[in-house]
Amino acid sequence: MALAKKATSKDPDMDYMRSGWGDAIVELGKKHKEVVVMSADLTDSVKLGGFKKEFPERFIETGIQEQNMMSASAGLAHSGLTPFTGTYAVFSPGRSWDQLRVSVCYGKQHVIFCGGHAGISVGPDGATHQALEDIAITRCLPDLTVLAPCDHEETYKATMAAYKEKGPVYIRFGREKVPVVTTKNSVYKIGKAEIFKTGTDVSIIACGQLVYEALYAAKLLEKDNIKAEVINNHTIKPIDAATLAKSAAKTGAVVTAEEHQVLGGMGSAVAEVLAKESPVPMEFVGMQDSFGESGEPAELMDKYGMRAIDIVKAVKKVIRRKN
Amino acid sequence: MEKVCNLGKLEKTANLIRQDIVKMLVEAGSGHTGGSLGTADIMTALYFNVLKHDPKKPAWKDRDYFVLSNGHIAPVLFATLARAGYFPSKELMTLRKLGTILQGHPNTYCPGVELPTGSLGQGVSNAVGLAKGLKIQDKDNYVFCMVGDGEIEEGLAWEAFMFAAHFELDNLTVICDRNFLQIDGDTEDVMALEPLADKMKAFGFHVIEIDGNNMHEVVEALERSRKIHSKPTFVLANTVMGKGVCDWENDAAWHGIAPDQEQGKKALKELMGRERS
Repeated sequence: MALAKKATSKDPDMDYMRSGWGDAIVELGKKHKEVVVMSADLTDSVKLGGFKKEFPERFIETGIQEQNMMSASAGLAHSGLTPFTGTYAVFSPGRSWDQLRVSVCYGKQHVIFCGGHAGISVGPDGATHQALEDIAITRCLPDLTVLAPCDHEETYKATMAAYKEKGPVYIRFGREKVPVVTTKNSVYKIGKAEIFKTGTDVSIIACGQLVYEALYAAKLLEKDNIKAEVINNHTIKPIDAATLAKSAAKTGAVVTAEEHQVLGGMGSAVAEVLAKESPVPMEFVGMQDSFGESGEPAELMDKYGMRAIDIVKAVKKVIRRKN
Repeated sequence: MEKVCNLGKLEKTANLIRQDIVKMLVEAGSGHTGGSLGTADIMTALYFNVLKHDPKKPAWKDRDYFVLSNGHIAPVLFATLARAGYFPSKELMTLRKLGTILQGHPNTYCPGVELPTGSLGQGVSNAVGLAKGLKIQDKDNYVFCMVGDGEIEEGLAWEAFMFAAHFELDNLTVICDRNFLQIDGDTEDVMALEPLADKMKAFGFHVIEIDGNNMHEVVEALERSRKIHSKPTFVLANTVMGKGVCDWENDAAWHGIAPDQEQGKKALKELMGRERS
């Protein structure tokens, strides 16, 4: 797998995931005249300003109406358009879940919506604005594709790929710049988990910015002669059961890592697969069933245990449980 | 589909739709009787006079759209669609049964149903998106949407109303089934909506208030609503819940229950009597 030069460095290049989303939407707008964008008063925050400037006639400002934005997007799709909608993940899918469930998913509408500013790394705004449950409440919905890309480039690719899907797609990303892990040449396919590093002792399955932490953890583990396999599980639904089960069968232990509650999140999705196909000891790195708080993003990632060092600890624990 | 302009014929069709509703609800054993009977005149006016549509081609690109936001009154929609020719009438007897195209609340398994509805407030929100989408594409199709009066206690409905007025969606008419009743009783006791016409005017709608069980008024209001410029229209249709069956009229108890065999027989006799008179 072609990764960025500094993907496992202590000092990686940094870029915004949300810009990848915004840039892709402008590209899609140029190519496809049926692409429209809806925003709920957070246009520049979720990087929809570029599309608004370029295609004002196809840009729909709903004001602070996340529920109406979701159900109205289904109406737009039914009229023959392809809507991309954007706001913060705490509001959508957080506030708009019933509209997502009935209007969009049950209606099988091709609506692509982002959950911006997801995760605890939104920082000083505090717990009200830290979406740590969005994966849980989306992956339970039939026919919905759920994506959690790991960096700027992958968010761009995910957005471009989402356009080609037939049904509804949710794309989650955070506010802050995150380490650049992938390159233009890295393979990306919805529904296909990518093995970023091969190993034999443990599988670290991560999504979002925790993919970088997982890669860095794997590097730290080399000092202890532990060979970790690192998998970028960017598609939470439909989950790539084959790749995950094969890796778990090979290494015999799994640690999942995500910027999300461990209850119902990506790790739970992995556990559901492995319990059936390849049961092995597992540990879960993520929010441990608590709300966040105000603080700098880095401080919060440290305090709530979503760093490489926390993955290393989980790996050592799970390896002890192997026998 | 060819317009039926003769009021007597439309009224007769509405009566037959009411009979179908009673039969299908008796067979189903559950479902929403009151609102279905109360809106039979509006639904008849829509599908036999007002809407541009083709039952043989439900996805016809030039059709007008109808969204039933108060999806629980699905029986009246299904009975109307069947009578208009979207699917054979015998299907009506499968309402709410396993494997049916006629789900308890409308969805797209049923030919002629545009969008799934039933979670209140969402249909009107779908409809404003639809109307906005048509405008963006410079399409002339018109959107009609029915809401229940109790339904618009939902905040989402008011978000959608704001959106409709803000974007001057004059290709949209929202018809409100104003029967003053919801499950827990009188709307004005449960959560007052009045002064509803004033509220809708203040929200930027053109408001037309009518007797929603008077075919002439219904047809005229819906046709007139198409001609309003730069504003969406709100047809405040005063209806009688359970209309056509004396024992059930204006009784909130009939919101969400189906008649048993005996009640159904008596109701059909009454409706057939009206047909002859």
